[in-house]
Amino acid sequence: MKSGEADLVILREIDLDVTPGEVVAVVGASGSGKSTLLAILAGLDTPTAGSVQLAGADLFALDEDARAELRGRAVGFVFQSFQLLPSLNALENVMLPLELAGREDAEDAAREILARVGLAERLHHYPKHLSGGEQQRVALARAFVVRPQVLLADEPTGSLDAESGDAVIELLFQLNRESGTTLVMVTHDERLAQRCTRIVRLAAGRIVA
Amino acid sequence: MPLALRMLGRDWRAGELRVLAAALVVAVASITSVAFFADRVSRALVRDAHQLLGADLVLVSDHAWKAEIGDEITRRGLQRAEAVNFISMARGEAGSQLAGVKAVTDNYPLRGRLRIASAPNAPDAPAADGPARGSVWLDERLVSALGAPVGSRLKLGSAEFTVAAVLTLEPERGANFFNIAPRLMMHAADVPATELVRTGSRVWYYLYAAGEPAAVAAFETWARARLERGERVDNLESGRPEVRAAIERAQSFLGLTALLAAILAGVAIALATRRFVERHLDSCAVMRCLGATQGRLLGLYGAEFLILGATASALGCALGYFAQGALAAALGDLLRASLPAPSVAPALQGFLVGLVLLLGFALPPLVQLKNVPAVRVIRREAGAPRGGTLAMYAAGLGALSGLLVWQAGDLRLGLYVIGGFGVAVLVFAAVAFGALRAVSASAVARRLGARSTALRYGLANLRRHARGNAVQVASLALGLTAVLLLTFTRNDLVDAWRRSAPPDAPNRFLIGVQPEQIAEVRRFLAGAGIAEADLLPMVRGRLVAVNGKPVAEADYGEERAKRLVEREFNLSYADELPAHNQIAAGRWYTSGARELSVEEGIAKTLGWKLGDELTFTVGAERFSARIGSLRKLRWDSMKINFFVIVPPALLEGYPASFVSAFRVAPGQEKGLDELARRFPNLTLVDVSAALRQAQNVVDQVINAVQFVFLFALGAGLLVLYSALVATEDERRREAAVMRVYGASRRHVTGSQRVEFLAMGLVAGVLATIGAAVIGQLLARRVFELDLPPSAGLWLAGPLAGVLLLSLNAWLSARKVLSASPALTLRDSV
Repeated sequence: MKSGEADLVILREIDLDVTPGEVVAVVGASGSGKSTLLAILAGLDTPTAGSVQLAGADLFALDEDARAELRGRAVGFVFQSFQLLPSLNALENVMLPLELAGREDAEDAAREILARVGLAERLHHYPKHLSGGEQQRVALARAFVVRPQVLLADEPTGSLDAESGDAVIELLFQLNRESGTTLVMVTHDERLAQRCTRIVRLAAGRIVA
Repeated sequence: MPLALRMLGRDWRAGELRVLAAALVVAVASITSVAFFADRVSRALVRDAHQLLGADLVLVSDHAWKAEIGDEITRRGLQRAEAVNFISMARGEAGSQLAGVKAVTDNYPLRGRLRIASAPNAPDAPAADGPARGSVWLDERLVSALGAPVGSRLKLGSAEFTVAAVLTLEPERGANFFNIAPRLMMHAADVPATELVRTGSRVWYYLYAAGEPAAVAAFETWARARLERGERVDNLESGRPEVRAAIERAQSFLGLTALLAAILAGVAIALATRRFVERHLDSCAVMRCLGATQGRLLGLYGAEFLILGATASALGCALGYFAQGALAAALGDLLRASLPAPSVAPALQGFLVGLVLLLGFALPPLVQLKNVPAVRVIRREAGAPRGGTLAMYAAGLGALSGLLVWQAGDLRLGLYVIGGFGVAVLVFAAVAFGALRAVSASAVARRLGARSTALRYGLANLRRHARGNAVQVASLALGLTAVLLLTFTRNDLVDAWRRSAPPDAPNRFLIGVQPEQIAEVRRFLAGAGIAEADLLPMVRGRLVAVNGKPVAEADYGEERAKRLVEREFNLSYADELPAHNQIAAGRWYTSGARELSVEEGIAKTLGWKLGDELTFTVGAERFSARIGSLRKLRWDSMKINFFVIVPPALLEGYPASFVSAFRVAPGQEKGLDELARRFPNLTLVDVSAALRQAQNVVDQVINAVQFVFLFALGAGLLVLYSALVATEDERRREAAVMRVYGASRRHVTGSQRVEFLAMGLVAGVLATIGAAVIGQLLARRVFELDLPPSAGLWLAGPLAGVLLLSLNAWLSARKVLSASPALTLRDSV
């Protein structure tokens, strides 16, 4: 995969192939282009040049709406800042992607996976009444509830203390193993990166290892 | 349950939509109650005005009506009454007096009631029926002139009658002051016995009809097509210019109020939606990540808002209905009129208004939501919403404008309000931007800033937030303008209006004073304590030609025009323009000129223009003169008004009688009896009853308008609230960050207070100017009143702005300081 030349070049000469089931860590210093790479992989950002093949589709041959549909079908997300909807409770946050996909069993599926992440007692709590670790577990549940082919995680422990961070990571890998999802995780945590099957290092917008 | 409905439930629970829904409910409730109430009041007004006419429709003829006309009234299911009017000498114990006889059927009048008393100046009460057979009712003047108290007998023609009551109020009284001799009312069936109605007698035959407006209108059309010479139809339009003026003004007032409520609702909704959108940007970005397409997002939020809008509008309609019902009941006494039942139209109108407001003002910002880039989930700064531009609201403003003109039912009024509103928004925003920057950059600000960090931060914030603050100040100024307009300016307008029908208006007209009696009459009146009684000359003349072309009734299409040219004009002469007249076009003549001055309305009706030459015959002679000026005059002033006034040189040679209008205070009536005895040829007309009726109409309207204002005021306050909370989130976040970095509570509140104070002052001053300018425009252009500048407004406006924002600064500081900075910040991520 390549992305490149603009006035301000963030990524260049990126050639990356991720096979199904792989667990890839993208590491690098701040400003090395990790988050931009993730945004491009998800089709959230458009590169000035280059292409991305995701789940058999040429991402940038599709328009924004078609990419959104592809995301809804095949991609899950976990963000550093959780990105839970503040007006929805835990259960509703997890139900949301299923509801958007028009699934009738949204509530049952959401309850099941929330129990799986240990929040069966917290279904009706709002994000602001959940701890950071709990919020990220809700986010994990929301990401896995649609059984995505690919999970993209952006610094999933970046906003958490060490203890809750570890718990969230354990859960993430566990869910990933069970569902066989391809995982691409941006992190600057070397310890976390070491647990992945492959490490991609970025520096100044290029892959250096 | 569809997703949109579930989303609505969730957003509602989260409190996101409450302000918006409240805005919509209050908006629709106020609009609907205004519409309901205005509808009922204006229908009541029309009905009451019909009471002045005695019916919904009056047919007048100088010969007996053909039976088929009267039968048609009954056939169409309308109520029917009849009257015969003629002038005849009545003879009592103390002497004889020319009386204006009105012989009526039992059910007269069809609209309004006759009022009678047992003796002159005794308390009166409504009469159940007209005079019984064999009895007559006399007005006060006739009682004293004839020496015929209640219970005495009098002779009329060949018949004798018992005086049964003193007639104090008759609906039609005052409609034609100059033709009314003191009233004697009797039963129609007694007329033949008097043997007074014979061939050649001057008798007027009246047919009255009343009923459903549609049926009355249909009958009117039917009857008009069959009118013969000497027959005419009177309705409200052609009948009473002063009542029509009062009703038109009332409708303007009510229309204005409805306009303001609608505008304010639109602003409140726009502000509330903007806040909703700002709070939902992140959610939308997340939903985009989770696979929602743009169309899906727009559909979801669109449906959510539509459901909300329909529900809130329906609720608002219901609330509006109950509010107007409760208030109409509470104000029943004040209104002095039972209102007709509300019709369905205002509810539909209110519902539609609610949806248009919501779509017009909520849709543009909502569309922004769908454009939120999904990448915002990773880079928060991406896709921040652009500030609301005017262009964005063009559709909403357009829809609202159409709506407003429709609501006002008056294009001119609508355009004034919309134009004023648009200009105010632009000017407010521009001036606020400039003023806030100027304040923060001024030398004074620098010097103050050197003394206190709170001040420095506050002033720096003003500059930094100049754009956002300008929008907020403009919204605040708008809300405040409305509130000021509805409180101070409204009071001033109402006062000015009340003054326009002053309580000291003349209540007696004196007609038929001969030139040689002038000095004596004047002396008499002065002796009776009636000082200001001008005696104006009146010469009766017939219009024979316009610009040399002979006048024929058939040349005029309009009924009123035909009637005007058919009858004799009351011409007058004067050197000076009468004090209560205004020149609308041209200029007042110099005393030697061959020019005349014509009332604007009649010139319009008859198609006369400045420079046209009019020819009149007076007796056997004729004179011509050109129209040199058009005059505007107040028909509701109750003063003596003339359609045509000429320089004295033109008319002084012709036989003239003199007329006067003056006020008789309670207790002075005795002197008038003496006047009637000493000058038996004079006719004295008591117009106080008519005046009382007209003032009742005005008072009733004022009450109604004041009530309606409460709702618009509520909408104005809602705008203020929405404007205040618009930037609350941002300020809380900033305050939290400042506290995290060690700012003391005093520092945080201090810097906010400085910012708010400056904004409050600017908003207050802007609103004051806005209210003053709009008030003047409305007074001059729409209501044709003089509105003196109000000191109270200039004091209260700026003060209200400062107090309001100080209060807000205090409340907002409490909120910010009571929450821990961490919670505030986490909440806002």
